[in-house]
Amino acid sequence: MSTGTAPTALRAEQDRGRRASQNREKWAQARTYISAAVILIWCLAPAYWMVVTAFREVGFTYDTSLLPTHVTLDNFITAFDTSFGNRFGQALLNSIFIGVTVTVISLVIGVFAAYALARLNFRFKYLVLGFILGASMFPGVALITPLFQLFTNIGWMGTYQALIIPNISFVLPLTVYTMTSFFREMPWELEESARVDGCTQGQAFRKVIMPLAAPAIFTTAILAFISSWNEFLIASQLSSDATQPVTVAIASFAGAQPNQIPYTAIMAAGTIVTIPLVILVLVFQRKIVAGLTAGAVK
Amino acid sequence: MATELGPTPVKPASGGTPVHHGPKGVGEDNKILSQGKWASWLLAPTIIALAVVIVYPIISAIVMSFQKDAGLDPVTGLFTAGGPAGVQNYVNWIAQQCAAPGGGTVACPPGTLGAQFWSATATTFLFTVITVTFETILGFWMAMIMARTFKGRSLVRAAVLVPWAIPTAVTAQLWLFIFAFEGIANKMFNASILWTGSEWPAKWAVIIADTWKTTPFMALLILAGLQMIPAEVYEAAKVDGATAWQRFRLITLPLVKPALMVAVLFRTLDALRMFDLPYILTGGANNTTTLSILVINQIRQGFNAAAALSTITFIIIFIVAFIFVRFLGANVVEQSGATGKGKK
Repeated sequence: MSTGTAPTALRAEQDRGRRASQNREKWAQARTYISAAVILIWCLAPAYWMVVTAFREVGFTYDTSLLPTHVTLDNFITAFDTSFGNRFGQALLNSIFIGVTVTVISLVIGVFAAYALARLNFRFKYLVLGFILGASMFPGVALITPLFQLFTNIGWMGTYQALIIPNISFVLPLTVYTMTSFFREMPWELEESARVDGCTQGQAFRKVIMPLAAPAIFTTAILAFISSWNEFLIASQLSSDATQPVTVAIASFAGAQPNQIPYTAIMAAGTIVTIPLVILVLVFQRKIVAGLTAGAVK
Repeated sequence: MATELGPTPVKPASGGTPVHHGPKGVGEDNKILSQGKWASWLLAPTIIALAVVIVYPIISAIVMSFQKDAGLDPVTGLFTAGGPAGVQNYVNWIAQQCAAPGGGTVACPPGTLGAQFWSATATTFLFTVITVTFETILGFWMAMIMARTFKGRSLVRAAVLVPWAIPTAVTAQLWLFIFAFEGIANKMFNASILWTGSEWPAKWAVIIADTWKTTPFMALLILAGLQMIPAEVYEAAKVDGATAWQRFRLITLPLVKPALMVAVLFRTLDALRMFDLPYILTGGANNTTTLSILVINQIRQGFNAAAALSTITFIIIFIVAFIFVRFLGANVVEQSGATGKGKK
């Protein structure tokens, strides 16, 4: 037994091992940062390009400098200019009106359904859940032909209700299952104890659960509003010049020359349409991610 | 759909109500009965609303699809009102036949809508397969990075929400600008491609734009799945000497599979009904017409033929969903599937 050398050799070996694993860890960390940078650039660069272009003078539309060199706010004014047949300002108001109405209707109806699905035991529960899920995957084009004909016949083409009612078919299912997954996470024991203290089920729901559910409802409202704000298919077919929402207005943006696309004005309009959503999403980031992923993995 | 490894992240879907074991008493039955009554009151508005906005249009579309389109009779030159058509509308699309002058049908001349059914179907599936593949691989990679601990992680997690939050119509205009002849894409790669001017560049423009827009959604869903995997499982595997690749293949993949399958299903169904992006980006030119675009183009020429095509689209999507759920183990309902709200 050589008592002197073995421990030293062992220690040297361990040191080497530790250094190697430290190096490996540093390298792994570096790779993580490089990957993170790639993700950041991939996600943000195109959006950044939109914002930068929105501030460029028209003559420098295709400039490639990373910062705008000929900065102007004219594009934002042009975006609202109605002389080329664009109705962006009106479309913004339309989108807000349609989005708010659809969100409110979907929430009012959907919250009750979600409560029942998350909280109550009843027959056909999975059938109902499956139906609502199926509704959310439903292709919009399958609705548009009959609605086009129906709305033509009853003179609803181009009205707000012709946009709001079909929109509910996309937003309501989303509202129901987002709220359902939120409701499943709620501390229902509080409701039980309220019942024990003599509240009816309705009272317990109103006084105990609703305040607790408020943040979830707010998050769902944001998701519903964004979904409604993005809707294009139905609106592109059933809206009129007066009722078209921003998505349709932006898709058909016209410039002074008939065959020249007014990119700087479009990017300005795109920036206006997007910035409020991005701010909303970034401020409530955690909640939105929770809402987006809630039921998916649990 | 339970995986062999570890507990599945599937929660019993009974919600907050405790599961009752043992024989049911009379009170229990009453409770379920009264809950059922409550439930039907609470669910009624949603069911009625969805019946009005979805079920009624489906049924009405199916009825329409069996009617002839009103129009000028090619033989007499007079306006005819339509009438029952049997399955003729469906046959016309699938066999790509158009009404011939002098009665009967002929193969649709190239360029007409009727001649585009199979190419639109092929384009739709091509877009779906390529975008969902890209989005799954890229999304998985992004999720793996975001699951690590590093400074600025929350910044990355916030950044992936930006493409998701931009409306698709704006995304389409943005990429139209990026892919413009003098645009940044050509300048960066020193190319002079007419992106929207010929078939494959146009298809790639749509695919790239869609991948950019929806990968973040995929990444977030996969990330949520990754975070359900307890860290101890990885530590135990490390102690047992599993390599990084083995840990990925034997732990990460099987445990994240339920969440992944749901995400892939939702994205697939979303891609099959793709409309906004190609409609605005290319206008459906150069073989980028998807089934949805074809339906919309058809509406102006005849409601009933359009209804038949939209029913075919619906059936295709239904079959794909069925295959996913039945054979690939995407258990949507049990996972209560809060996923499909990515993009609209």
